Amino acid sequence: MLSEEELQSNVSVASSPTSNCISKGGGLKVHNYFGLSDSSSVESSTLSGNVEDDKATISLKATELTLGLPGSQSPARETELDEKPFFPLLPTKDEIFSSSQKNIASGNKRGFSDTMYTEKNWMFPEAVATQSVVNKEVTQNIPKGQLGTLNNSSSPPAAKAQIVGWPPVRSYRKNTLATTCKNSDEVDGKPGSAALFVKVSMDGAPYLRKVDLRSYTNYGELSSALEKMFTTFTLGQCGSNGAAGKDMLSETKLKNLLNGKDYVLTYEDKDGDWMLVGDVPWEMFIDVCKKLKIMKGADAIGLAAAPRAMEKSKMRA
Amino acid sequence: MGASSTLLMVSHGHCLLCLLFSVVRFIYIKTFNSFDSFRIKSLPSLPSLSLSPSLVLMDRRFPFKVLEHIFSFVDSNEDRNSVSLVCKSWFETERRTRKRVFVGNCYAVSPLKVARRFPKMRSLTLKGKPHFADYNLVPDGWGGYAWPWIEAMAARRPFLEEIRLKRMVVTDECLEKIAASFRDFKTLVLTSCEGFSTDGIAAIASTCRKLRDLELRECIVDDLGGDWLSYFPETSTSLVSLDFSCLDSEVKLSDLERLLSRSPNLKSLKLNRSVTLDVLESLLRRAPQLVELGTGSFSDELDPEEIAKLTKALSELKQLKSLSGLWDLLPEYIPLLYSLCPRLTSLNLSYATVQMPDLIDLLSRCSKLQKLWVMDLIEDKGLKTVALCCKELRELRVFPSGADLDETDVTLTEQGLVSVSEGCPKLESVLYFCVQFTNAALVSIAKNRPNFRCFRLCVMEPFAPDYRTQQPLDEGFKAIVERCKDLRRLSVSGLLTDKAFEYIGVHAKKLRMLSIAFAGDSDLMLHHLLSGCQSLKKLEIRDCPFGDTALLENAAKLETMRSLWMSSCFVSFGACKQLSQKMPRLNVEVIDEHPPKTRPDSSPVERIYIYRTVAGPRLDTPEFVWTIHKSPEVGVSRLSIR
Repeated sequence: MLSEEELQSNVSVASSPTSNCISKGGGLKVHNYFGLSDSSSVESSTLSGNVEDDKATISLKATELTLGLPGSQSPARETELDEKPFFPLLPTKDEIFSSSQKNIASGNKRGFSDTMYTEKNWMFPEAVATQSVVNKEVTQNIPKGQLGTLNNSSSPPAAKAQIVGWPPVRSYRKNTLATTCKNSDEVDGKPGSAALFVKVSMDGAPYLRKVDLRSYTNYGELSSALEKMFTTFTLGQCGSNGAAGKDMLSETKLKNLLNGKDYVLTYEDKDGDWMLVGDVPWEMFIDVCKKLKIMKGADAIGLAAAPRAMEKSKMRA
Repeated sequence: MGASSTLLMVSHGHCLLCLLFSVVRFIYIKTFNSFDSFRIKSLPSLPSLSLSPSLVLMDRRFPFKVLEHIFSFVDSNEDRNSVSLVCKSWFETERRTRKRVFVGNCYAVSPLKVARRFPKMRSLTLKGKPHFADYNLVPDGWGGYAWPWIEAMAARRPFLEEIRLKRMVVTDECLEKIAASFRDFKTLVLTSCEGFSTDGIAAIASTCRKLRDLELRECIVDDLGGDWLSYFPETSTSLVSLDFSCLDSEVKLSDLERLLSRSPNLKSLKLNRSVTLDVLESLLRRAPQLVELGTGSFSDELDPEEIAKLTKALSELKQLKSLSGLWDLLPEYIPLLYSLCPRLTSLNLSYATVQMPDLIDLLSRCSKLQKLWVMDLIEDKGLKTVALCCKELRELRVFPSGADLDETDVTLTEQGLVSVSEGCPKLESVLYFCVQFTNAALVSIAKNRPNFRCFRLCVMEPFAPDYRTQQPLDEGFKAIVERCKDLRRLSVSGLLTDKAFEYIGVHAKKLRMLSIAFAGDSDLMLHHLLSGCQSLKKLEIRDCPFGDTALLENAAKLETMRSLWMSSCFVSFGACKQLSQKMPRLNVEVIDEHPPKTRPDSSPVERIYIYRTVAGPRLDTPEFVWTIHKSPEVGVSRLSIR
């Protein structure tokens, strides 16, 4: 059962690379919280390159503020409650994807950096990949309402806060609930070949989706299903429910995107390694896949196997 | 009696003598008026005195044996701590009679000292990592190793019978040592611990002949299979409590059945999830005397005959008071539990993804319920039912279900808690996760229920103001601390300014533990707390904008507290150094990947853990924990001896 495996992998004390969080390849280096002023210029240049991707309501200025050290900026929070620039709980899309580097080589142990805050601050959604289930639960636990607004509609918020250790729910409970939710999706009174739900996240998307791997029979089906699901985020300028997406997009456009230009589909296997999807036979893939992630090509540097990945490593974000 | 007036009395020897004499006489008289249970009110904390001739006289009047007998009625460790401060002979008598030892921070004192001080200890309780470790804020390898304690006790206190550990790293080696060293070992309770495997459990099971309690609560265990259960010898019949709910793998049914059959004293059984519903009946049949039951998974398909048998087996549990587990509980199985409801005092539904109508169905039958843990699926309506039906309720915890966005919103609002506070007169402990809150609700709650001892509100949206008025939640929490005079534990959340903490500092006199996240405006916040809350013992703060000034100004306060955790605040490295130098009996530990030495003094420190200790800097720090040295030249050190 996938659930057992998930729990197992969180539980096992297998030796895992302790220096796992620093990725040497690619353009992005992991800075720790003390990335001081010399590095902030680096990140602002990275940042400005993604301004066009910025779908959040936070302005660039606010984003800049958030990347600095807390001590070096004056708290602007009191003045504007909505923006909350100082404690950037609303992730900017750019920050989410750029910190996805940390996904790579995540062991079962929670490495030091996983609990540390990088200067991308608290927005490393998959960085706590060792407690990946935990993190997803953190994501889900964040309320659906926007800051300060009552939101009872079913439309998701523009951005989702992803903070380590918030809300304060014990890992044990989060892990258990994760598998509970999965099971409750499956159980409809009829056991039988149980559904195999895995979470799918996408860089820049405000929230995660779940797909049932058993409902597809090959990679093609999976791929098209994901395309449909994530159409909204890839091309739309929308922060909300995908209403905006419908009128604009065509499948082919997305196909191109997913199939090799900008995005790659990756998965996390039982050992916690991130691999490119498509290398193993489908049956084997279902067995080992724990999570899916649609990454930007540049971030897939260093992932196992395919020659495509090598090519991509030469690309810049 | 305040500290200052006590001191005044101390300076007057005669008054002191009268005080001591009257206290002891009081105890003496009470003793010989045989009570069933006897509690001495907390004695004022007096500094220890050297024996004056008059006290020696008193000593002769109350020989050791008498004092010993008197102290045997003093249960609580707080009282015992006070008793031990009166004079040297009381200290000696007390230490030689203390059976249950509690150490709230395993690094505050050395295991050797504890072992030496309490020769008659039978029970040891230890806590390791800071509380925020529960929420992934403390990296792995931080510390909290049980081994030095086990080793010390094994060598010096072989009559130890009970070990209770919380948030510590326990290895198989530790467990094997326990099994091998303590002949009469009876109780092992591990809460939120990690580092061991089922092999260690097997060692305990097989070797501890008199084992009564084996409880693994929410531990992270390297699960190598379910064989450990078979290691309980066929001759062992002493088991009273068994909790393996946190393990994953399946245990053999026959092993479990046999164990239950030969354990007539078993009162508490908490199964793990892999115990399926179809075998539950056979287990319960063998243990109808259970008082606490944690079921396994509650979701298999059963045929009508099996359902009937299970219903019967459940109804036979005439003594059952506490029910938990219920993983994957299916709504159609809820009626099976009806027979248990009228007697239940504790119900943990926090892993059961049951919707509100079914919850109402169940809870409306639980009139004796005192403790309820449930998910926010209960919604306001469900809590209203609880308010109507569960008049005995003392503790309520509502956890977030973390429903996916694609699923419908759950309507749990502040109103739910207001209803419960209105309807349940005995409610004193609350943990409530909610998306947003209002001041009005908090004020109502405080008015309705001034008897809160533990109030933990987690408004899940950081910085969320009162959603009706857009004001900070200052006034709401002010009402809580003003009215709830007995408040021991508080967690605040939502948008809070420094004012909120001023209120807390002024009013929350009995507050012992305070948790804060994303709150406050400035140093004043911390200053109010440290200068105000007299009883504060544990303070944990994350992501608040206070800095050095408040910390340094109130440094002395930190020695009266067990610990202070600060993460993502604006405390600088320089301030940590100053603090450490100023306060010799505090360990100031910085958690940082890079040695703080290489950073300028003004650079902020990400995570700090400060605690009082008589054991000096600890020797088992990992590479990312730095103890700030007392002497300025040394700076920081990382003494690492494994």
